[in-house]
Amino acid sequence: MSALYLVAIGNVPEPVWAWIGDAVSEWFPLPVERLPGLPVPEGAYDAKRGQYQSVEIMRMLAERVPNHESRILGVTNVDLAIPMLSFLFGQAQLNGPVAVVSLCRLHQEFYGLPAQEDVLRERTVKEVLHEMGHTFGLVHCGERTCAMSLATHIELVDAKSEEYCSNCGLLLAQRFTAMDGGV
Amino acid sequence: MKKNFPILVVDDEDVMCESMGAWLREDGYRVDTASNGQTAVDLAKTTDYAICFVDLKMPGGMDGIETMMEIHQVRPDASVIIITAYATVDTALQAMKEGAQEYIVKPCNPQEISMLVSRILKLKKLQSENAILRKKLTRQYRHHDIITKNPRMGEILALTNEVASLRSTVLIRGESGTGKELVARAVHFSGNRAEKAFIVVSCAALTETLLESELFGYEKGAFTGASSQAKGKFELADGGTIFLDEIGDISPKLQADLLRVLQERRFYRVGGTNEIGVDVRIIAATNKNLAQEVQQGRFREDLYYRLNVIEIHLPPLRERREDIPLLAEHFVNRISSELARDVHGIAPAALKVLMAYEWPGNVRELENVIERAIVTCRNGMLDEQDFSWLQQNTAPQTWDIPDVPLGELERRAIVAALERKHGNIKEASAALGIDRSTLYDKLKRYEISH
Repeated sequence: MSALYLVAIGNVPEPVWAWIGDAVSEWFPLPVERLPGLPVPEGAYDAKRGQYQSVEIMRMLAERVPNHESRILGVTNVDLAIPMLSFLFGQAQLNGPVAVVSLCRLHQEFYGLPAQEDVLRERTVKEVLHEMGHTFGLVHCGERTCAMSLATHIELVDAKSEEYCSNCGLLLAQRFTAMDGGV
Repeated sequence: MKKNFPILVVDDEDVMCESMGAWLREDGYRVDTASNGQTAVDLAKTTDYAICFVDLKMPGGMDGIETMMEIHQVRPDASVIIITAYATVDTALQAMKEGAQEYIVKPCNPQEISMLVSRILKLKKLQSENAILRKKLTRQYRHHDIITKNPRMGEILALTNEVASLRSTVLIRGESGTGKELVARAVHFSGNRAEKAFIVVSCAALTETLLESELFGYEKGAFTGASSQAKGKFELADGGTIFLDEIGDISPKLQADLLRVLQERRFYRVGGTNEIGVDVRIIAATNKNLAQEVQQGRFREDLYYRLNVIEIHLPPLRERREDIPLLAEHFVNRISSELARDVHGIAPAALKVLMAYEWPGNVRELENVIERAIVTCRNGMLDEQDFSWLQQNTAPQTWDIPDVPLGELERRAIVAALERKHGNIKEASAALGIDRSTLYDKLKRYEISH
């Protein structure tokens, strides 16, 4: 039985799950299930950079996927990075089952501004759709307002909408059709 | 399109290869990874990487600079980006001197790396377009780029090669789209005039007056609007070749003027009094039967014989069907590159459709058909579906002769011609190639009412 599993890595604010649940239910024909939360893996911490290596977190998540048709989305509040890049909003396996989203740089407080829950909700939904899109084979889209457009800083996240453009939406729909009516 | 620019990431740390690979794949690139220099070089031998990210410090075996140099041995066009930690920037600068295109200090901002990759690939695309344009130019000029395995075309190419350096006039005959200009270019650019001008004049496109001033130029004040003196095509072609396309369409006056140029290589500009001498080779082309035009008094006999010193008759594509697969493959490769489409071949069923078609527009029509199919192709290989519209056109022309008496065939042909011409006897008889009285006779014989 395939499903979309959501899992907290470390402490994640509770309202986040409702936002994510609503967004993924709208776009993906998969049952959504919460798994018990996981601690942030100690080995992922890079003391020099004060950040966490997303690859380590993705490896941890990959061990918990029951089958290749399912997807697992980890959500964390810690700041993610890879050796080459100074930070990541999230990362996913292209056409693979694992994705992770970091809320750290989606908070207004990260930029020295007062907290704004509606802003955090919008950004979270956009990044979740983006990373989930990758797991279903979508690559970065040239349409700036599409959830699949590449965001390398927060302004570009804000420029996106909370949905896929018609092209990416169609590709996604074709993907589900190709999977014989669902996953 | 991004898949046409594969990327290689070389780093001894698995986490680096894995994470960088995942990041670039999300952007739609095909990414390979190597954990050491030797593996990277082996991969480069089989894949034409557009960009190689190479870590500067790799313990044991080749370091980043050695790896880069080895990669450049097998892939000189690959752009190598050296990855370095902050402490080794000096060495990275050294790497730039050794041929690295860029270096990046890790960790870098995601925007920086996206812009870097995008900038390098834009440059690659420009270089590739430039190469295609250069190829396109040279392709028009060489014999070996006229694609054929047809024996008759082979003889024609041999002839054009033999006459390339002569000054003799050449007359190229052939239906529209058979490649008359291409052959004319091949004659010019293979001979001793190749360094000089090759001037094309389409005689059918201009009125008599315009064509006259186009060919011979004009003096200031020769006619309204002639505000300054202008050289004509014959002067511009001095030392080279003038290609007069659709020569069968020129007026009697211009036929006389042209005859004089052919005889004396001298002419006057329109409105001019000074005679101008030129050394020009003339290649003329027509899709008409000039001998017949001469017989019917529409073309000067003396001009015809002056033009027809060396005659080349290009066969229509339907008479060199063996060339269709070769030409089709050639057009697929060229047009898919020019249009930046990932189309790499033609399925056998699609080729069957192309082979069955009559090609009234000849090679030019084949080229246009392939271009249309490439534009609409969705799966990287042209299949039968991509030519379905052509099949509709093909069907009536696939002459499936029924097993009936000859007279019945004639009767059906007459009925069909009358239908097409809406009962017009004059037009139907012309279409059938018989005169009106014969058609009336046959209508009576086959009891066809009209």
